[in-house]
Amino acid sequence: MSLRATPSQTVGPFFTIGCDRLNTSELAGPNVPGERIEVSGRVIDGDGVGIPDAMLEVWQANSAGKYAHSEDTQDKQIDAGFQGFGRIPTGPNGEFRFITIKPGPVPGPDGRPQAPHIAVSVFMRGLLRRLVTRVYFPEEAANDEDFALNFVEAERRGTLVARKVPGEGNNLEWNIILQGENETVFFDIGL
Amino acid sequence: MLNLKGFRRPLPGTQPNHLHPAYLSSIKRAPTKPLVAIPHTLSEITGPAFGSERADLKAFDLTKQYSGEPLGERIVVSGRVIDEDGRVVPHTLVEIWQCNAAGRYLHKVDQHDAPLDPNFTGCGHTLTDAAGRYRFVTIRPGAYPWGNHHNAWRPAHIHFSVFGPAFATRLVTQMYFPGDALISFDPIFNCTADEAARQRMISRFDWQTTLPEQALGFQFDLVLAGREATPWEPPARAKSK
Repeated sequence: MSLRATPSQTVGPFFTIGCDRLNTSELAGPNVPGERIEVSGRVIDGDGVGIPDAMLEVWQANSAGKYAHSEDTQDKQIDAGFQGFGRIPTGPNGEFRFITIKPGPVPGPDGRPQAPHIAVSVFMRGLLRRLVTRVYFPEEAANDEDFALNFVEAERRGTLVARKVPGEGNNLEWNIILQGENETVFFDIGL
Repeated sequence: MLNLKGFRRPLPGTQPNHLHPAYLSSIKRAPTKPLVAIPHTLSEITGPAFGSERADLKAFDLTKQYSGEPLGERIVVSGRVIDEDGRVVPHTLVEIWQCNAAGRYLHKVDQHDAPLDPNFTGCGHTLTDAAGRYRFVTIRPGAYPWGNHHNAWRPAHIHFSVFGPAFATRLVTQMYFPGDALISFDPIFNCTADEAARQRMISRFDWQTTLPEQALGFQFDLVLAGREATPWEPPARAKSK
């Protein structure tokens, strides 16, 4: 008989004592190539209130569309100083913010490129299992053909696409809404 | 094309649902719409790896973070990180956090009327070795009350966070102690329907890792999702020959 995975449990309200060490809101140093972006938003509960005790973990490819991981065997370079991982706790009103570079497209299992995206895990008190979602980019023609987005009903895809914040810089807004009409799409990837 | 094998999905009942009303905090935080199942892509099959440059070699011992000794019962918690096929998961980051022997976390939100311990932070981390083994020295955490329902007490537990080889294998769980009378009343422990699955969160007392005159040993293996046998194929076209 094969084993079965250990059940997930909530991070609880006090995870920061163990998790703060890996906090990274700036994923890319100044010498990492690529289009610099800032993603900010809020994590919002079923009452519309910002969640002050959530933690995001993000995972992304570099600007060439290469993951810093041994199973990404594409003939592309990884970038020194760019791991592609960030851990970001929310602030008192549920706000979060991280700076990174826009990832390049990575191949999908059907062989076609996926649209650029950042994979996100969400942890918090009250969540017995993490939630998994993705951030996609606005005005990206590849979104229409994206492997994962095509599993999502068309009306809900917008919850996964960040909005450009008017004004200077490459600032993007993307919120995580846990319940209700504009509930963010969460993916089932197993655990 | 990258013919990558994804990771297996849990059997029904062996992992908690997001909504578990007996755990009140889940009610306003669990999604109400069904999750969208996607096959694993390169984005889920890869994930962050943390080398020794990101780990403090002394951080496995939570009893030696200050010049003084923390109060409470010293314990050794060790085990392996393996997958569902029993394959070891080497060189992966394991993080833990816990309250002190009196049941108090070193956290501003924790207002439980129990003393803080000036010699105990309650956090540690380590990397598994080439055989997937990890080991922590710490003190046995206390039980503490929480506001979930009348006279609610959390059983003693240690929070564990493990990355494993991929984004898809990320696991955060809690380790409990054998024989703890509070376990069967705990809505967080009970959130998983399958009895055998729940038992995997309870550590086992172990003479072999018990240090004479020093510390009781507890064994706790963490099991991560195993690999699929075959890569994903598009459902409609796969059959034609």
